[in-house]
Amino acid sequence: MKALVLIRPKAGILDPQGQAVQRALPALGFEGVRDVRVGRLVELEVDDPDRLPAMCETLLTNPLIEDYEIRS
Amino acid sequence: MRFGVVRFPGSCDERDAQLAAARVGEAELLWHADPDLHGVDAVIVPGGFSYGDYLRVGAIARFAPAMASVLDFAREGGPVLGICNGFQILCEAGLLPGALLPNTSLRFVCRQVEVEVVNPDTAFTRACARGDRLSIPVKHTTGRFYSPEPVPEEQVVLRYADGHNPNGSQDDIAGVSNPEGNVLGLMPHPEHAVDPLTGSADGLKLFESLDRALVA
Repeated sequence: MKALVLIRPKAGILDPQGQAVQRALPALGFEGVRDVRVGRLVELEVDDPDRLPAMCETLLTNPLIEDYEIRS
Repeated sequence: MRFGVVRFPGSCDERDAQLAAARVGEAELLWHADPDLHGVDAVIVPGGFSYGDYLRVGAIARFAPAMASVLDFAREGGPVLGICNGFQILCEAGLLPGALLPNTSLRFVCRQVEVEVVNPDTAFTRACARGDRLSIPVKHTTGRFYSPEPVPEEQVVLRYADGHNPNGSQDDIAGVSNPEGNVLGLMPHPEHAVDPLTGSADGLKLFESLDRALVA
């Protein structure tokens, strides 16, 4: 089955990429944007979705600095 | 004194690390897919872009067959030095605390910095005195050291000197060790500072420290 893993920088960690995006938007005419955080997305086909959390914690994310969300 | 320098697909500083180590002892390359460490006395995990930094810096290299052996070697007290990408790999492998994040500036930084030796009682800093300033180049985009828990003071080995923090590392931390002091990771490249020709030979002290570690 198809699964989507969203990987986000943990709250509280400085995200300069998000800041750069946030700074760029007003220059393009988009006001009122706050708290931009940039993460990563992994899409996969898995036979056994029960193993997804282990995959996330072992390889797909670094639990020290990232949170993940699994969507199917 | 035999050094083994692990080489991954995408490593680029393994040869310079080998040449630097060869000034102090013998040095050979260890291929990532080979779990045999060939009886070396010390392991260096070098700089570069192992696996293209895919997914996350060091995320894939930490699972190489050679790294499984390096983990055992380190747990048995063997000296392991992780330089730049090597530092990232050792953090991902859980041998060192914390993680390396993108530089605050988001820029690739390539310049000479000064670091202070905070802890001279590790396998790689015994040839230094507390407070020694070493001039060593950095070159990285992902060198900001971060640890959610404060790093115990005795594991903080090198700090960027005042005004020299190139990447926003917390507490100006440039290098950390494991609790036992046999594993050191640092973002600066001592292997590029072993000959006055390149402006500084301060980096050689880290390799020379190994001799003392074995004698002591």
